Amino acid sequence: MTTNKHKERVDTSRRGFLGAAAVVTTVTVAPGVVLHRLAVAEPRSEAVTSDVRWGMLIDSTKCAEGCDACVTACNRENGLDLQKQPKGEDADQQKKWDRQAAKWIRIVKVKDNLTGHESRLPMMCQHCEHPPCVDVCPTGASFKRADGIVMVDRHTCIGCRYCMMACPYKARSFIHETVDTKLTRAPRGKGCVESCNLCVHRRDNGTPSTACADACAAQGQGAILFGDLKDPEGPLMKKLTTLSSRQIREDLALDTGVRYAGV
Amino acid sequence: MKRIVYREWRLAPQRYWGLLAILAVVAGLGGLAFAYMEHEGHWVTGMTNQVVWGTPHVFAVFLIVAASGALNVASIGSVFGKTLYKPLARLSGLLAIALLAGGLLVLVLDLGRPDRLVVAMTTYNFRSIFAWNIFLYTGFMVIVIAYLWTMVERKGHPYTKPVGFFAFVWRLALTTGTGSIFGFLVARQAYDTAVMAPLFIAMSFAYGLAIFLLILLFALDQDGRPIGKFVLFRLRNLLGIFIGAVLFLVVIYFLTKLYGAKNYDLVAFYLADGGIYTILFWFVWILAGSLFPLGILFHPELSKSRAWIASACGLTVVGGLASMYVIIIGGQAFPMQLFPGKTILESGFYDGVGGAAAAYAPSLPEILLGIGGVAVALLITAVGIRVLQFLPESLADRDVVDHHVVRV
Ligand code: SF4
Repeated sequence: MTTNKHKERVDTSRRGFLGAAAVVTTVTVAPGVVLHRLAVAEPRSEAVTSDVRWGMLIDSTKCAEGCDACVTACNRENGLDLQKQPKGEDADQQKKWDRQAAKWIRIVKVKDNLTGHESRLPMMCQHCEHPPCVDVCPTGASFKRADGIVMVDRHTCIGCRYCMMACPYKARSFIHETVDTKLTRAPRGKGCVESCNLCVHRRDNGTPSTACADACAAQGQGAILFGDLKDPEGPLMKKLTTLSSRQIREDLALDTGVRYAGV
Repeated sequence: MKRIVYREWRLAPQRYWGLLAILAVVAGLGGLAFAYMEHEGHWVTGMTNQVVWGTPHVFAVFLIVAASGALNVASIGSVFGKTLYKPLARLSGLLAIALLAGGLLVLVLDLGRPDRLVVAMTTYNFRSIFAWNIFLYTGFMVIVIAYLWTMVERKGHPYTKPVGFFAFVWRLALTTGTGSIFGFLVARQAYDTAVMAPLFIAMSFAYGLAIFLLILLFALDQDGRPIGKFVLFRLRNLLGIFIGAVLFLVVIYFLTKLYGAKNYDLVAFYLADGGIYTILFWFVWILAGSLFPLGILFHPELSKSRAWIASACGLTVVGGLASMYVIIIGGQAFPMQLFPGKTILESGFYDGVGGAAAAYAPSLPEILLGIGGVAVALLITAVGIRVLQFLPESLADRDVVDHHVVRV
């Protein structure tokens, strides 16, 4: 009940905001112009530098059973909750649609085969230093920014899905449907591939943290710590030096930007 | 030594146009399927975020692999100096181009953004094997066209051998490149092995030759041109050897996978408990698509019959499609090892909970698109042999054998 109320409240407020700022656009030419103007008007004059490398530490021991605040927050932040099932109400179609809808972050629960130790953790793009998706992409649409964020250039992605085949974390999603409604900060289009970009719009606007980390902190869990992997004095590096952590699929030696503790 | 005479395919007009009409309809259906998928998006297909390459890739990769194999007959003729195969070289080259065109078409039309083909042709990431393949494929077309020219045009004859050699090397690179598309996917257990490239080369030899033989037999039969035992049995034996090579490499594949305990699950998935993939593997690929044809091709009686040889070829093609399905789709359906040594209990993104395979069922538009690609390849071939002098007038023993003996 509480969650429902919470959702309603947020939804209405968001709708108001969207209406006012004309952030939700439909896929027509005119909004494209608006979009363009907005983008140009943004104060993003500073170039992305390699002085920072964005990353995260996820403490799975703090990830609370039954919570999915990070997933909900990510969906809202990046407009993933605006995805609509195109057609077909029958159960089979619905099931298939659930496997086709884009997800940037998901909760995974694993059990160690030997010890039986269980852990619960959010999984998303691991923002590798040596990302296989970037290596395989024929057009270079899949790229790594100077600040370590791995993302897709929507304008050169041809939708071949080779990056999805190459990603060891299954972090990427293909947009299977026509997109009518989307957010300016998270453009989306049929036939392209996308994945977690560490809330890149926040980076470019100078907003701290990511939606998932904020939501987790707001729930009181604080399992997700976002920060700069190159800043030895920063909270992320400080935590990483004290808490033992690991990379998922360490064997692939990809030097991931997202690290896990307690897995 | 007799001169080889090439003639256009002289099928009665009604039959010929009827054949073209059928092929055009099938290709048209593929086109409609594409228009539908392009308009709606990939949600109308069986593809998901878990199985991202579906049935179109099965057909596309099959056709591309078969294309390079179809060129073999020409290569044996001009590169290895076996004059017996020379009369077949033109058809072999044409078929290589046709199959490649059909396969590439399917591949491109299955892109999320086929309208951005220009981007793919102008923006390259040279670390990507996919980008290299774009060069390998277009280069192959150009070289084979040049190769055909050297064969057809008198002035070109002196270059047949060097160009043919170049085409042969290029085709090996092309198949290696295609196989490597999978070989580079270190994260996917099924593909992460060096056997992938030789396996694809052997497959290309077998599938390409099977298609070549089928088309050759059909074309000759339709306008009553003879084919003698000598040529036919040579090609038949060759096909048998190629099928055997594929089987051998499949065994090697599983042996290398069994070498490390971490792949036991994968081997069991393919061989024992993979459901549809296990069934396709054993019954369609291995039994119907490899062992049956081998049995026919080396049977003392059946191996002498044209009809039986043709059925062996047909079975090889069916087995070939099954092999692609097992490799491409089965390899994706098998859950990726996100957490080695751990079992996934729950997941919000279908990460193989409890080792479950990802679901995939081919949709009608996907199948139509794939078959459409085959129809386009056949259409190109049918038009090619009709308007160009590509088919030898006769492959009867008396017309080819002494020719052969003279050289050997
Ligand atoms: S789907 Fe797009 S981003 Fe991914 S490899 Fe293909 S072109 Fe690159």
